[in-house]
Order: sequence, then C-alpha cells, then structure tokens
Amino acid sequence: MNGVSTPNNKGGLSANDNITRFSAPSRPLSPPAAHTLFHPKTRCLVYGLQPRAVQGMLDFDFICQRKTPSVAGIIYTFGGQFVSKMYWGTKETLLPVYQSTEKAMAQHSDVDTIVNFASSRSVYQSTMELMQYPQIKCIAIIAEGVPERRAREILHVAQKKGVTIIGPATVGGIKPGAFKIGNTGGMMDNIVASKLYRPGSVSYVSKSGGMSNELNNIIANTTNGVLEGIAIGGDRYPGTSFIDHILRYQADPDCKIIVLLGEVGGVEEYRVIEAVKSGQVTKPIVAWAIGTVAAMLKTEVQFGHAGSFANSQLETATAKNAHMRAAGFHVPDTFEDMPRTLAKVYNDLVQAGTIKPAAEPPVPKIPMDYAWAQELGLIRKPAAFISTISDDRGQELLYAGMPISAVFEEKIGIGGVMSLLWFRRRLPDYATKFLEMVLMLTADHGPAVSGAMNTIITTRAGKDLISSLVSGLLTIGSRFGGALDGAAEEFTKAYDKGLSPRDFVDTMRRENKLIPGIGHRIKSRNNPDQRVVLVTNYVRDNFPSHELLDYALAVETVTTSKKDNLILNVDGCIAVCFVDLMRNCGAFSPEEAEDYMKMGVLNGLFVLGRSIGLIAHFLDQKRLRTGLYRHPWDDITYLLPSIQQGNAPGAEGRVEVSV
Amino acid sequence: MSAKSILEADGKAILNYHLTRAPVIKPTPLPPSKTHNPPPKLASLYFPAGADVKGVLDQAEATYPWLLAPGAKFVAKPDQLIKRRGKSGLLALNKTWPEARAWVEARAGKPQKVETVEGILRHFLVEPFVPHSQDTEYYININSVREGDWILFTHEGGVDVGDVDEKAEKLLIPVDLSEYPSNEEIASTLLKKVPKGVHNVLVDFISRLYAVYVDCQFTYLEINPLVVIPNADQTSAEVHFLDLAAKLDQTAEFECGAKWAIARSAQALGLPVAPSKEGKTHIDAGPPMEFPAPFGRELSPEEAKIAEMDAKTGASLKLTILNPNGRVWTLVAGGGASVVYADAIASAGFADQLANYGEYSGAPTEQQTYDYATTVLNLLSRAPMHPDGKVLFIGGGIANFTNVASTFKGVIRALEQAAPVLKEHNVQIWVRRAGPNYQEGLRNIKAAGQKLGLNMHVYGPDMHVSGIVPLALKGATTDIPEFSA
Repeated sequence: MNGVSTPNNKGGLSANDNITRFSAPSRPLSPPAAHTLFHPKTRCLVYGLQPRAVQGMLDFDFICQRKTPSVAGIIYTFGGQFVSKMYWGTKETLLPVYQSTEKAMAQHSDVDTIVNFASSRSVYQSTMELMQYPQIKCIAIIAEGVPERRAREILHVAQKKGVTIIGPATVGGIKPGAFKIGNTGGMMDNIVASKLYRPGSVSYVSKSGGMSNELNNIIANTTNGVLEGIAIGGDRYPGTSFIDHILRYQADPDCKIIVLLGEVGGVEEYRVIEAVKSGQVTKPIVAWAIGTVAAMLKTEVQFGHAGSFANSQLETATAKNAHMRAAGFHVPDTFEDMPRTLAKVYNDLVQAGTIKPAAEPPVPKIPMDYAWAQELGLIRKPAAFISTISDDRGQELLYAGMPISAVFEEKIGIGGVMSLLWFRRRLPDYATKFLEMVLMLTADHGPAVSGAMNTIITTRAGKDLISSLVSGLLTIGSRFGGALDGAAEEFTKAYDKGLSPRDFVDTMRRENKLIPGIGHRIKSRNNPDQRVVLVTNYVRDNFPSHELLDYALAVETVTTSKKDNLILNVDGCIAVCFVDLMRNCGAFSPEEAEDYMKMGVLNGLFVLGRSIGLIAHFLDQKRLRTGLYRHPWDDITYLLPSIQQGNAPGAEGRVEVSV
Repeated sequence: MSAKSILEADGKAILNYHLTRAPVIKPTPLPPSKTHNPPPKLASLYFPAGADVKGVLDQAEATYPWLLAPGAKFVAKPDQLIKRRGKSGLLALNKTWPEARAWVEARAGKPQKVETVEGILRHFLVEPFVPHSQDTEYYININSVREGDWILFTHEGGVDVGDVDEKAEKLLIPVDLSEYPSNEEIASTLLKKVPKGVHNVLVDFISRLYAVYVDCQFTYLEINPLVVIPNADQTSAEVHFLDLAAKLDQTAEFECGAKWAIARSAQALGLPVAPSKEGKTHIDAGPPMEFPAPFGRELSPEEAKIAEMDAKTGASLKLTILNPNGRVWTLVAGGGASVVYADAIASAGFADQLANYGEYSGAPTEQQTYDYATTVLNLLSRAPMHPDGKVLFIGGGIANFTNVASTFKGVIRALEQAAPVLKEHNVQIWVRRAGPNYQEGLRNIKAAGQKLGLNMHVYGPDMHVSGIVPLALKGATTDIPEFSA
C-alpha cells in the first residue's frame, strides 16, 4: 500500500480509486453538553485488533449518514500492521493501526472515546495507561473476567479523572444516528430492524449486554425508538452504574422516557430510587429487575453474570421491583408485560404532546458482507484453489478424509500417511511397509555423494537447516538419485514391449545406453548388496505379484555374465518393485499407476528419504562446529587462456582452452 | 464467574503461608517476624462416592502423623461450605483422635440435612483443638464493596456472635491503598472495646491479614472465632483462626494462581512430598485452586458432563437440575434470556415444576448444541409422565452473531431422535428465537416439528423474549401470529 491516492487517469480504475480517505477536522469542535457522552461527531480509537467489530461500527456510521467514520484508528500493541482496510459503504477506507497509545493520541487529538477490547489479563494495564491522556473522556471495557480488585481500581481512578467507564463485561452501548460501541446491536439487519439508524425518545440502561438487544427490539416495537442505550455490564463492580447514565438521560432534553433493566444482586437500583425520591430524576422510568426466580428456588443458583447473586434480601429482584414500584417507577407485573407498560407510558406522552413522533426516514441499505452471504447460501463464486487431500477446517484435521485421531488409533504409520496424502487412499499394510522400507533404505548414502556434499558445504558456510537441506536436495535429478525414475522407465518399457531380458540388454548396448539400475562400484554377484537382498526377499514374500522384479533379475543374469559387478543395484531394485506395487496391489487402475509414475512419484520417494540423511549431515556438521570449507588449490587444475593485449574489455576475442 | 467460596482448609493454608509473606501496606507496630509460620496442621479428609471410609482414615493417619500424638485433642467438622455448623451439631470439639475418627466415620458419605438443604458429607477437616479463654476470642470479617473493603471487628467472637452488622466496629479501607489508615486509626476505630495491652498485637495481625486479603485477591473473609493469645511481653501473639469462611476472586487466577498454589503445596503443608499419584505436573508450585460446589449441590452425571463440555470449549454451556421430576423444561440460549425464562416460569406459578436452569451461548457448534439438547431431552424423558403433559421451552433472545440456523440444526437433530418419547410424554414445545439467519432456523424447526408430528409453536422477534411462557403455562392469548416462512 503506498498511501498516496493516484489520480484516475483515462478511466483506468486502480484498486486505489475505490478507497475513501478522511482528513482530520480543520477546526476543533465546540464542546458538547455535559450530559452528552456520544454525538454524531464522536471519534474513538479501538484498542485491540477486532476487524469485525470495527467494520460493524463503520457500517453503522455509514447508515447513520455520518460524514466521517467514528473509528479514527486502531491501537494494537502487538503491531505488525500499518493500516487496516475497512469498508465504508461499498467503498473502502484505510484505518491507521498504532503500536503505541502515545502515538495514536498524538495523531488524533479529536478522539475522546476508547473501545477497549483488551483481554481480561491486560485490560487493567491498558485502561490505566489510556486514562493518563486528558483527551479521553470515555472508555468502554468489553473484557469479561476482569479481577474485581482491578475493576475497582480502574473505576476509582476514572472517578478522580472524570472518565466515564462502561463495563467491564459488556457489549457496550449505542446512540442511534451517532455512535455505536463495538458489537452492540448485533448484525446490520438487526440494527435496521430495530431502527437504530435514527434517534427516538427512549433511553435505556441495562445490566446485561445480551438483553440490551431485546430492549432495542421492544423499544422499537412500542415507541418511536431508542435515543441512547448503555449496557453497564454484568460484573460486580461496573465502572458506571444505572444512576450515572440515568442522570445524563434526565439532563438530555431529547430523552422523554427512561428504561431501566436491572438484575438480582447489588444495590445500584436503590441509588436510582433515591434520585427519584429526591426529585433529581423526574422523567418517567419504566423498570424491571430480572432474576425474580431466585427467591423461589430451593437451592442457590449462580446465574450467568458474576454480579447476579443476592447477598441480602434487599438485593433480590423481587425486593428491587417492589421498591421501584413504590417509588413511582412504571414496573410491570412480569417482564413479559414490559412492552405493554412501555407502550402505555409512550402513548400517554404522545397524547400529552410531550413526544411528537417524527416522519420515518427511508430505511437505509447496507451491502451484505460477502462471508455472511456465503454462509446464508445466497451467493457463490468459483474457488481459485482446490485441495483434495487434507482439510483443516473442521473439528479434526483430515488426511484424505481420515481423521488424524484415526490415523493414530489404527497405527497406519508414516507409510499409511504417505498413501493417504500421495495417493488419497489406504494401501494394504504390506504396501505401506514397503514405502517405509524405501525411505529407510534411501535415507543416507554417506557424505561423499553430491547431495550430502552440498549440504555439508552449505552447513559449513554457516547457513541454516533449510538452506543446507535444500542445497543438497537440489542436486537430485537425472544423474543423482534419478536412477530410480530411469530404471523404472526403461525396465517397464522393455517388459511391456515383450522384449526378452537378453533382447533388452542387446538393444540397450546397440543404442550405446547404460541400463539405469544396473551396476555397482564394488558389490557383485558373489558379494551382494544387503539392501537389495532385503528388498527382494520382502517383495517375494509379500507382494501378490512381482513380475517386473523377476524380469529385472533375469536382466541381471544377462549383465552379470558379462561383468561380475553389473548387478541389479538398490535403485533399480526399488524402482521395479515400486512399479510392481503400483500395478498389482489392486489400489490403482493401470492408467493411474502409469500416471503416478509419469508425475515422478519415485523421485518424491527418494527426496523424502534422503532428506533424513541430509538433515543428519547438517546436524553432524553443526555438532562438530566445523568451519567454512575452502577447497584446496592443489585439488583444482587451473587452466586459463592468456588474453590478447590491446582489445577492449569484453572484445578479447574467442577464448580457447586447450587441454 | 468471579467470587467463589473455597474450602476452609484451603483458606487456612493460604493465610498460614502468606501472613508473614504478603507485603504489608503500611508498616505495622511490630517488627516483621523473622521466621515464617510452621506448616499448619490441617487434616483435610475427602471421601469420594463409593470410597472405603476406613481406608481413607487409615491413610490419613499415615499422611498426618500428628493425629496419633498421645494425648492430643482435636476438632473435627465437615468442610463443605456449610454455615453455622455448630448449631447443626456438625462440630466435634476437644476429642481424642479415636473419638474424632469415630465421629467422622459415622458421618462420612452419609446424607445430612442442614437447615433446608440436604446433601452428602464428603469433606472433613480435623485440626488440633486449641484451648483458650473466652476473652481471647474475637470476630473479624473483611468484605469488598465498590468503595473499598470493610473490616468488621468485635471483641466478642464465637458461635454466639449475634448480629455483627450491628455489633461490630467497622472500618472502610479505600480502594486506593495510598489512603490506607494509620495504625492509630485502625486501633481507635476497630479496637475501641479491646484492652490497650493487645492493641499492637491486633493491629499487626489485622494489617497482615488485610495484606493477604489484597495480595491473594480475596473477596470475602470471615474468621470466627479468631483467637489471639499474646505472649508475656505482648510483642507478638499466638494467633489461631478456629473457624474460617472465605471467597476468592476466581478471575484473578492469572495474577494469584501461583500464590494460591504454593500455600497449598505439600511442602507448605508439611506433608511428605510423595510423587503424586497421577504423576501430574501442576503449572504452579502446588495444586490448582479448587472451588467446591455449595453443600447439597453435588453435580449429577449430566450436570458434570455439561460442566466438562463448558470447560473444554469457548462456548458457554450451563445446566443446573432444579427438580428432576419437574414438568417444565428449558433449552434457552443466552445468559440473560435464560434468567428471564426462569423468572417467567416462576411468576406463572410453576417454580416448583421448573426442572432445570441452563443456557447455551457463545456460538456453540452444531455438535455441542446437539449434545446439550440431547442431555436435556434425556432428563426430560426420565421425569415421570404427568396427566397434563410437559412443557419444553426452546427459547432465546436476539443473538448477536450466532447463526441461529446452524445452532438450531443441533437442536433439530436432538428433537428428531427424541420425537417418540416427546409424543409419549405429551410434551408441548414452544419456540422463540431471533438473531442472524433466524428465519431459516425457525423455518427448519417448524418443518421438523410438523414432520415429526410434535405439538410445537414457533415465534420470532415479534414475540417478546419470554412471551411464550404465559402463552404456554397460563393459557394467555396473543395477537402476534406464529412464525410462518
């Protein structure tokens, strides 16, 4: 991302053209009234990486027709990212991501609100830090499980500094048409259904975040809508309580009705009762405390919230409802009656002319999120990638459909895993054992071969494991390790053509070709290679058919009659046995077997096996603390041309090397 | 959940270990003790269901050899968060070990009624008996409120302490510990009625106790009686907390877990450090804190299963069986909504018929929802049939982000399995749910209900969250139409 908007030249659209950028306000805003916590120009920082919540806030801002997003930036101390890309309607915008609070504050002097998504473990420290900045007036703490002592310390400092804390353990709050904290109100269709895009006349304060959604619904169904709603959180010590917000609602001339949804536990409802009794709060309050059941149960039940536990008679929901009713609150008989009670209070105020319902603005449209539309099955798109061998999305990792736990329960071994991932099927036990045998036999072949040599030299140059391993692997090809592929190809071709072993040997000699897989430096018929013996015996004992191995051994009889060391070597042996396996184990059709051989699966087997040895050489060199390798001069023959004098560099003429 | 009661033995172990270790907030009148407390003598005896009582007691004699000290006298009592044990006859004082052993043996694993609650006695505590005079008994209580922590103190402790709210001297320690009261203030507020001679000793103890309270994040601590026997020159005192009840803030586990653990390690308790039976490695230098269920609330296998699922997943799954023979069963999503449902059922006059309290939330997977619903439906089918049939509420509020259709898939699968039993027991099913994709969820459950021939009513967000309860239980009527696709 270059951060510069490129001019749109000649109609050619670049991805950048769809990005909307917002500049800081040119002049400071006039201070809002004291009772106003949120307004349509509220700007906040979101602490923690919560793209989904931030997107929800921006979508809300957009349908409320805010000119600028409410989120000025993101503070994410684990850092890494510089900007975060978000949607603004159907367009996109970039939100800055700051690694330090200090920087974020310095950049955004218009921010006075923080939505703090820090975990219960770190929220204390981050909130304390945030409160040091005088520009911050309100912090919403989302985390559940903040230790009570820490919560009290936070609210104590907040009181001293005049910071409004919402939470902890809350979804936050919402001010229709102005500002939404995090995930409050749920998804956009619910926000639209509850008409939260435009202000009404009813302000609520609730303990439960979950039930606040229900309140939005009730208020939208029975009145002209929500003016403001706060969920103070279910903990024992919420940063602000019912009374703090109700006093604000009392002072707000747009608020006509107050809704209070309390709960068993704590005594915060009584502070509201006192305020009503003293005449501090005069607006009609529709109230209910949930948890009336607690008194009727024989055993103590801890309900969902930490604070919802009655320590005395006064803290029971029943007592609270009775006291609120006595103080003149509109308390329904049951919570189910609350909509009716609210509707009555509202209609009375409409009749009295206190509330004048406004004309309904058109319902805003919000583009549906791609992921959600997909989950609902409304849209589809072709995938760019297909995978048919493993799946990590579900409860358990699957290898070709086999859960990883079954892989271990059935002890299918590394050969079984290879058969699942390479061939997408279970192979019989003797076959998977054979694969393992090949890996074991090809694991290493001493330090002198080119792969090991490369690895050793690279290791000694101080490189890491992967570089050293790869430098060794890169030597594998038609000359080194490639005998497997070649042998498989030549033997198969000859066998399939129906050439007799002798004809095959003769043909190869006529064409001046060596037979891959035949010949060994030292081993001979009388001094057989034990590896070949192992494989041959295993295959003879276990494979249902081993025609190609028998063919290759017949070829060996021909070649060894010419020279004793022209035996079937281990590469050739593995190659022909592997072909036998593919053709005769019953798991592959002839075409499939052919196909896998063409793809070079034999090389794969060698690469996998030899990686064991190459890593071993790397570890060995590291263990020995060997230094950088330099090849001695005397082991290199230097033969350089003498360059003719006078010609310009690069035009020295042809360089001849005569040996 | 936050404030949780702990075993008396654990509370005592924490105090014993940390009293000399927790940093005091302001200097106390006495010089800091140069030695730490010796390991406490706490024989905590647990008799799991089906345990061999004699075997457990024999083992205890090996683990706590001081039980067999000649002439020693003991106190034995159940350690199961039971209040007022003395008054319920659950306190054996001044007993020899054979007497105490017999007393425990007679009660271990047996049901016991305490006031209105019946439960099985499984956990006992045996400690040395501390002879002391009445005038050394005090009462102290520390509890937390929004503004700070109250310390309540009276000089007349003991079983008959009476109404401490009225009697006790009180001191509020503000949240901001820089405002911690001076020694003189502590003495002049709390120790008004205590002879001056023991003031220093008591102020020192109270300050240390409060330091532990803060350092180990207690939310409640009551010691009654607290016995303080000063030494001759009154520069220190022997302190015994004879009876203790405490709550810790479970959410502070990440800050205090290590402190809770080390105080209860074998070493701190003076036990031989035997290689632990399960060969388990604890994350701290001692066993993790256990928060026992209240007395008489032993978990049924179903509750235990749900609690285990709850602990193992990010989703929240809760189940409490209130009356296994009840007629009214709930399967409600969301912490707030589940309480509202219980309220509505109780206020409709069915409190004694309410079979369970529970909730599932936090976006459980289809499988988890299925397991949860199956557990509830199994319990329902075990309750005896009733001539009026049973009622099942599949309720919930307006979900924030949970895809209602996908969680309902799990519920529907469970209903399909249980359909014959549901019909046999004449179960009415009432559904109310809203939130993301609720339309499809309700459509599916309604179709399933019709296919299976269940007596089912389905409502969406037009219905009040718990509005279906009066419809089902009180025969109330509504003009809100049932959900239709």
